Amino acid sequence: MALWMRKSLKTFNNFKCIMGSFAMINQTSSWSSSFIQNLRNPYSHFGNLPTLFYSSGVESTTAQNQSDSSFNSGCSQQVMDFPGGKVRFSPEMKFISESPEERVHCYQVLDENGKPITGSNYIQVSEEVALKMYSNMATLQIMDTIFYEAQRQGRISFYATTIGEEAINIASAAALTTDDLVFPQYREPGVLLWRGFTMQEFANQCFSNKADYGKGRQMPIHYGSNKHNYFTVASTIATQIPHAVGAAYSLKMDKIDACAVTYFGDGGTSEGDFHAAINFAAVREVPVIFICRNNGWAISTPTSDQFRSDGVVVRGQAYGVRSIRVDGNDGLALYSAVHAARNMAINEHRPILIEALTYRVGHHSTSDDSTKYRPVDEIEWWKLARDPVTRFRKWIENNGWWNGERETQLRNSVKEELLHAIQVAEKVEKPPVADIFTDVYDVPPSNLRVQEKLLRETIERHPQDYPSDVPK
Amino acid sequence: MAATGNSARRLGRSFVNLYGREFSTSCGSGSGRSLNLYSAINQALHIALESDPRAYVFGEDVGFGGVFRCTTGLADRFGKNRVFNTPLCEQGIVGFGIGLAAMGNRAIAEIQFADYIYPAFDQIVNEAAKFRYRSGNQFNCGGLTIRAPYGAVGHGGHYHSQSPEAFFCHVPGIKVVIPRSPRQAKGLLLSCIRDPNPVVFFEPKWLYRLSVEEVPEHDYMFPLSEAEVIQEGNDITLVGWGAQLSIMKQACLDAEKDGISCELIDLRTLIPWDKDTVETSVRKTGRLLISHEAPVTGGFGAEISASIVERCFLRLEAPVARVCGLDTPFPLVFEAFYMPTKNKILDAIKATVNF
Repeated sequence: MALWMRKSLKTFNNFKCIMGSFAMINQTSSWSSSFIQNLRNPYSHFGNLPTLFYSSGVESTTAQNQSDSSFNSGCSQQVMDFPGGKVRFSPEMKFISESPEERVHCYQVLDENGKPITGSNYIQVSEEVALKMYSNMATLQIMDTIFYEAQRQGRISFYATTIGEEAINIASAAALTTDDLVFPQYREPGVLLWRGFTMQEFANQCFSNKADYGKGRQMPIHYGSNKHNYFTVASTIATQIPHAVGAAYSLKMDKIDACAVTYFGDGGTSEGDFHAAINFAAVREVPVIFICRNNGWAISTPTSDQFRSDGVVVRGQAYGVRSIRVDGNDGLALYSAVHAARNMAINEHRPILIEALTYRVGHHSTSDDSTKYRPVDEIEWWKLARDPVTRFRKWIENNGWWNGERETQLRNSVKEELLHAIQVAEKVEKPPVADIFTDVYDVPPSNLRVQEKLLRETIERHPQDYPSDVPK
Repeated sequence: MAATGNSARRLGRSFVNLYGREFSTSCGSGSGRSLNLYSAINQALHIALESDPRAYVFGEDVGFGGVFRCTTGLADRFGKNRVFNTPLCEQGIVGFGIGLAAMGNRAIAEIQFADYIYPAFDQIVNEAAKFRYRSGNQFNCGGLTIRAPYGAVGHGGHYHSQSPEAFFCHVPGIKVVIPRSPRQAKGLLLSCIRDPNPVVFFEPKWLYRLSVEEVPEHDYMFPLSEAEVIQEGNDITLVGWGAQLSIMKQACLDAEKDGISCELIDLRTLIPWDKDTVETSVRKTGRLLISHEAPVTGGFGAEISASIVERCFLRLEAPVARVCGLDTPFPLVFEAFYMPTKNKILDAIKATVNF
């Protein structure tokens, strides 16, 4: 870990050097005077652009490949204070390239065989934590299999699996503390599982019974738990991201040793809320971790139809936010990255963006058949060759912490527990009619009291119109 | 307070008092100072921040006092951690505010003009309004108050004049409140800030400077969801809110010269609204007129009209009258034509009484 942190510091010191020149504040209030002064320089104001264009010819319109060493090459002597810091002028008209020569590298610790890559720096995970991580990932797989089947049997109305993204769910959760606030999308039930949400609690929500904390108001998989600092899921995309920023600001103001963490997919980064949130987070300097599960697909839309940037990680620098790209199917890499991100977020009051590269192996939801828009071979390859759970299992087996016997035992006991939970959840009655009207406001206003009375009268007249399993 | 405001976000012109709007509902208690509406808002914000260390004020340009000067002096007094500028992004302001409020803070967000609230519509409608309900009361963002100046100013055109209250009145889970005067503004705003539900508080920007009355200096609140009868009468009930009440008041005075006695009601809270007060009044007068600046079709006047017809059908002696904005975008040079002016109201009063 010490080694890791040393490397980390070096990297970020470099980063600081680069950012430092932009971060200088003009304290002399000389903006207007220097601007006027520079206007007199024929090479320093936009009015002379046509001249420059013609004199420099074709070369000047060529986009410049972006690399740190060449970015500011050919600088002229002119430096001007703009609001926000000093900017150096250049006689060359060079556009910054739309993309780097090489895509941003992806941090990886475990190879496909579950062996730590030589020279990789990561945070050691104890046997106890590693086994909990693996057990939770396996549990998530079993939950997905059984709930998916329950939906197919018509016992629950909807479900969405996490298949292929188990490592992002569990490893990120493992690197956080339960004081950290989670603002999820809807494909992160593993975070809740890690924090102790029980099979019974998951089943109660999916079956919309009266023990569902959401009182049967939302579709299955819209979990939420105050006790576990897990804000209730909304179906809307990316709306939770600015909430995480506001909550993180509160943590900072209250000097609480915790951060906010928000999850979203590649599609979510096209929403305005993502851009709003990451910009607010940078400006207010709040301890929030943005975790993007770039799984390649937003329902049927591939990332090639979603954005033209090098994925999501590059957005970080554009907003002044430190960022990293991680192999989303590598539990150890994710654990290390989130652990480090958490430290930086809290200790340095800064947002961190993590792009986890992965693949949505399951359909978008039970309402979707993804073989209609993507090749089955592709799905199978990710499922078999790049499965994050298998890779993590190989690692713990290589460490001598796990074996086939324990595997069988775990899967059997989780399956049994979940099947039991489902049987129980199915028998628990639905929430009562009164729950329609509560929680719209802190107390029901008069219009809702009147509507409840009218509805109850209607139910009495036409009981056959209403589901019999909802207590009146 | 420095009187340097009035700068519209994308336009900058001084106000022109075309319609002679001035309105005061002073109760003459004499316990306060004479204040205009923006100063009363400012006083309320001072009190809100003073009385709750977990209250925050934020929005575009609020740090220097806001383009209407409502947040003047707050950053100096309470620091830049509690009163701060945000990036120019309404959905970010409200989304951030929801998260801040969800942690038990009083998040007082300013949207610079109601005309620019629409980028935040999803955050208000799908998030703030449903935050408590969808979580089964495990979480709430009740500490959120969204302030936004609304309505005509004489020269605002499409994007500095709108009255979008009806959009928000269709959303269970939020409250919508609009004050008519400085004294009301202070008391209602403090109630909104402290109410355990998210509230959209529209401020009549035409009255920021024009409306002046005695405002008590102390910390006081007016109840939400309670309409106020501000003038008693027998022949017809007039219902309105915000700046429009000043126009309606003038129509009442002119009607009185013709021997028509009007009862004028300020609804104050649009949702959840006080049907009982309006119903009681209409049962007495037998006639109802509603007036608002927003376009007539789908305006909140339609809801009031339908509700009162349901409750008072046999007591009504004339159709419910609505004197509202035209069903057009808010047109700059045609503002005088668009507006529900005093004489339009006066004509409707006479037509309704003589029906």
